[in-house]
Amino acid sequence: MSKPFDRRKFLKVSGMSLGVGALISVAPAMAGGGPSATLRRWFRRQNGEELTPFNLVQLSDAHVGFQGPPNPTGTKAFERAIDVVNGLDPQPDLILFTGDLTHEAEAPGEHAKRMQLFQTLTSRLKSKKVMYVPGEHDAALDNGVLYRQFFGETHYAFDHRGVHFIALDNVSSGKPAVGTEQIEWLKRDLARYPRTAPIIVFTHRPLFDLRPDWEWFTRDGDDVLNALAPYENVTILYGHIHRHDVHQTEHAMHYASRSLIFAFPDPMTAGDKKPVPFDKEKPFRNLGLQSLAEKKGRLDVDDVELTLREFGGTDGVQQILKSGESL
Amino acid sequence: MKRIFFTLLSVVILGTAQETQPRVVTISAKRFEFTPSQITLKRGEPVTLRVSAEDRDHGFYQKDLKLELDLSPDHVAEATITPEKTGRFVAICDHFCGSGHGNMKMIINVE
Repeated sequence: MSKPFDRRKFLKVSGMSLGVGALISVAPAMAGGGPSATLRRWFRRQNGEELTPFNLVQLSDAHVGFQGPPNPTGTKAFERAIDVVNGLDPQPDLILFTGDLTHEAEAPGEHAKRMQLFQTLTSRLKSKKVMYVPGEHDAALDNGVLYRQFFGETHYAFDHRGVHFIALDNVSSGKPAVGTEQIEWLKRDLARYPRTAPIIVFTHRPLFDLRPDWEWFTRDGDDVLNALAPYENVTILYGHIHRHDVHQTEHAMHYASRSLIFAFPDPMTAGDKKPVPFDKEKPFRNLGLQSLAEKKGRLDVDDVELTLREFGGTDGVQQILKSGESL
Repeated sequence: MKRIFFTLLSVVILGTAQETQPRVVTISAKRFEFTPSQITLKRGEPVTLRVSAEDRDHGFYQKDLKLELDLSPDHVAEATITPEKTGRFVAICDHFCGSGHGNMKMIINVE
């Protein structure tokens, strides 16, 4: 059995655990041979794998290649997040990356270089099971052609520790949509599972209308949620909004991870969608990741903010910039 | 006599149809702006928005006004709406079109 995450390894965990998601609603009966034991046996038959505790980390929106005032430190927050994840004991047995791995570039060859740099950086992760979905900055301008060369298919599904994971692409058509073909694929994929199966969907954009005038929505998100509606234990992880968020729809919990490049303001109070200004005193303020752990059928979700005390202040920021650069 | 009656009837029908033709507002899209950047509509008055894309595919999306158009340079997209509430509505391009895409928007005022 896995040891629980040692959250002291994180430099800062923002707030309390947000463990409000039921991974499997029948979990308390697991020890007593109730419905979840049936589910466990079903998974074992299907996959040779029981429903067992796991830890996973969600990383999002690194925007490798981004240059600009909202974050003059480039990939430093992403690199720090990799160090944080590598410091976890036990190591997460799965890492999900929910899009915008890179920032788009129109100069010939430049976007491919950014994807190569992203892969070089992620190769430092000790945990080698890393799964990806694209963001619009990765895949929308060329309908995912370059992304597929580096990362493979943009939507797929797999089972891990007795949980069914579904990667959904709501970017590569160019518009915020999953599309009819992928939704039909999703329905066929789901049809193989009982309604009690624990399901984790990961995608880039929110599947609900969070702030449509900021493009924080998916046009056919309702169709996706309707396809998932018969299933009792659905968790949806996404990125795109560059801030942590928790939302409940009728039958699913939705969690957004912070970005690793810059943050956006609170959509409920801000008028315009403008990045939160860079803070020299706290260069990685508002940036971070999300950690999730299965515990007795519940899914603990922790929002983790990166902080770097050793790099605080202007001197500190200069330390993490490349030699010769200045703010 | 019958012919005169039907002629008159068709004139009346055509006249009525012409009277109720919605006003047409033309909008064009190119990276990363809409022209004009602001339009004003009247609550309760039908209007046809005719939206063209000059350079590449774009989107034209405004949820409250039920506007959801896919634009491409080879055709003009069109939607007829009757705004039911007043206010200031932000319409966006929701087809990712490059580095300035996030700021490609226009204002629709409904008075």
